[in-house]
Amino acid sequence: MNTIIKETTTAVLATLLFALVLCGIYPVIIWGAGQLLFPHQANGSLIEGSDRKTVGSELLGQNFTSAKYFHPRPSSAGTGYDAANSSGSNLGPTSQKLIDAVKQRVADYRAENGLAADALVPGDAVTASGSGLDPHISPKNALLQASRVARERGLGVDVVKTEIDKATTAAQFGILGEAGVNVLKLNLALDAMSPKK
Amino acid sequence: MNTSGWIQLILFAAALLVTAKPLGLYLCKVLDANGKTFLDPVIKPIERLTYKLTGVDPKQEHDWKRYATAMLLFSLVSMLFTYAILRLQAVLPLNPQKLVAVGEHLAFNTAASFTTNTNWQSYGGESTMSYLSQMVALTIHNFVSAAVGISIAAALVRGIARHTSQTIGNFWVDLTRVTYYLLVPICVVFAVVLVSQGMIQNFKPYDSASLSDPFTTQVPKVDDKGAAVNGPDGKPVMVDQKIDAQTIVQGPMASQIAIKMLGTNGGGYTNANAAQPFENPTPLSNFLQMFAIFAIPSALTYFLGRSVRNQGHGWAVWAAMFVLFFAGVMVAAHYEAAGNPNFTALGVDPADGNMEGKEVRFGIFNSALFATITTDASCGAVNSMHDSFTPMGGLVPLLNIQLGEVVFGGVGAGLYGMLIYVIIAVFIAGLMVGRTPEYLGKKIEPKDVKMASFVILILAFSILGFSAWASVSKMGAPDATGALTDGTNNSGPHGFSEILYAYSSCTGNNGSAFAGLTANAPWYDTTLGFATLFGRFAMIVPILALAGSLARKKLIAESAGTFPVSGPLFTSLLVGTVLLIGALTFVPALVLGPVVEHFLMHAGKLF
Repeated sequence: MNTIIKETTTAVLATLLFALVLCGIYPVIIWGAGQLLFPHQANGSLIEGSDRKTVGSELLGQNFTSAKYFHPRPSSAGTGYDAANSSGSNLGPTSQKLIDAVKQRVADYRAENGLAADALVPGDAVTASGSGLDPHISPKNALLQASRVARERGLGVDVVKTEIDKATTAAQFGILGEAGVNVLKLNLALDAMSPKK
Repeated sequence: MNTSGWIQLILFAAALLVTAKPLGLYLCKVLDANGKTFLDPVIKPIERLTYKLTGVDPKQEHDWKRYATAMLLFSLVSMLFTYAILRLQAVLPLNPQKLVAVGEHLAFNTAASFTTNTNWQSYGGESTMSYLSQMVALTIHNFVSAAVGISIAAALVRGIARHTSQTIGNFWVDLTRVTYYLLVPICVVFAVVLVSQGMIQNFKPYDSASLSDPFTTQVPKVDDKGAAVNGPDGKPVMVDQKIDAQTIVQGPMASQIAIKMLGTNGGGYTNANAAQPFENPTPLSNFLQMFAIFAIPSALTYFLGRSVRNQGHGWAVWAAMFVLFFAGVMVAAHYEAAGNPNFTALGVDPADGNMEGKEVRFGIFNSALFATITTDASCGAVNSMHDSFTPMGGLVPLLNIQLGEVVFGGVGAGLYGMLIYVIIAVFIAGLMVGRTPEYLGKKIEPKDVKMASFVILILAFSILGFSAWASVSKMGAPDATGALTDGTNNSGPHGFSEILYAYSSCTGNNGSAFAGLTANAPWYDTTLGFATLFGRFAMIVPILALAGSLARKKLIAESAGTFPVSGPLFTSLLVGTVLLIGALTFVPALVLGPVVEHFLMHAGKLF
């Protein structure tokens, strides 16, 4: 019995002490180091607009639906790109709901971008990402949208393609991960060069 | 698999191989109460102070019963601590979003799940947990549940290495030394590197960004009290809502994520876990997070070899783990790249594979690799949604968990799980040649095999028993609000896979999910909470008993008939044992879920 009492006391004291060290001191050290060394990243990689208001984060995708903008991937996060409710669809490969949604998205994508009825559609353009906040689309997907965006904005397709290149992140160190085009950065760059209609 | 996939896999395997020895040697020092490390000048005073404040005599070692008692009491107290904070979060500080208290059954489920290193989450972190809950109630377990796992593994290894000894170590010393010398220093460096890649670490309230392209969407109409309004047809009334801003999550994320990965916890800061861009911003952060999962488990095999003075045995166990890991990656990557034929039929480019639930920056290969690693270990973090994997791609994580997460495995838990298979492999080899089985100079007696078998059986009992119950019970299929219905989010064989995955994940203390299942319902929260507790403590206690029994045994001289526990023959036997036991136990259930779904998917049958 004495052992139990002794060990319980130790357990209570250890819990409190570890809470102090691991949950008080440790995160504050990381906070200090992060704010000192990488303040931009530690605060959410925020992008400021012309009026110094936050327009988004470099890392989080946003919903764009107008024809003059590049469109991101379908999103299952809340009402679409709701960064307070990150989520995938969690629909399985034999889900009727998923296949119906993909069918609709394929048809919409072909219609919006003036593609042939049997044109192959990029996988990322018609599937929801894991987070619902994917900031990227594949370069293939961006190129297929380029002529629509150029036409809507009265820009040359070449100009738009140059902007796509600028917003493209290659595989890291040439090896890790996949190339992607940051949709928010691309759209903001286009807005900056052509006044809104 | 394409060339870039192969290069990334080789890089990963090389990183694992070259760090096993140095980190393993460091572990030997950390897990020796008198070990000297290069961090002693900084940490030794804090270690001494900790013993003084908590009333621990570091020179005193204990038998297995006292070790188990201390471990159980510590787990109980720290679990109650977490439960209390979650229930009280509304009145506690560091809650800028004014989140309400966590409900009873969810708080029980979460406290059990984090205490057991499971980190199953029935909630979305960013919409449920205050900064204090994330930083204190949850993060403390990220550290200490990992440290407990490593301590248990160390105790078992001591039991194997010692002879005619009554004691297997001091729980409090192991717990303290692992936390201070191993977990905290690595996390400090790792967390700062993660911040450099874009992970947040602040105490600001959530930010709001104004959208360049506002849009209108349909949302359910709510009355003054916030309840949904239903129309005459019983369906919710939908109204237009203009969305012109995006809420940006903030908070102390990096400090939590570093230990989430290193401690194979896997509990996400956000709902989408490591798929959420803040939580895994770049392919480099992804690579480092995957490496962090396997780093300690891989080094523990070196610690094993060193401790039992048979380095060949340590490497043979490492090799068996690597073989199983490699096979899993190959299968998962193959099926995810092959994609969903139902997509191809609609005109989706088949070259892109199955991108549903995956992020562009990771692509197919890194998603399949992450899914394999996180379930080989008891981590459970996800960078893609396993629920949306192809049936055979999703079978890999499911089977990995059911094999007991012994492929490198959870920190500590992987090694002690694999050592159970080693005992059984040695036992089977003994039966085949008709002599008393021996393991590293000790006779394996009926009592030892009984303890090992109990560990295997509790896994099967909890996974299959609960899954069967949920499958035939009304309570197994709640809707999004937790009310009972007749189906899950995905019906057909996939619905069964979701239930099977839930109980596998919780019993295996993994925490990843086929997340389409609405698990935040009282019945699920409760039964899954119990599954995590069974899966942890009903395994650890017999393992400590086994450690005690092995420590007491006398050494017997090696003879010509002794089965060697190193080399390719032993590795093959060990791999065979793991697969055989796993297959015999779980294949019938897997056939009903993913295998049937695979064939139905190719036949174009939808649910």
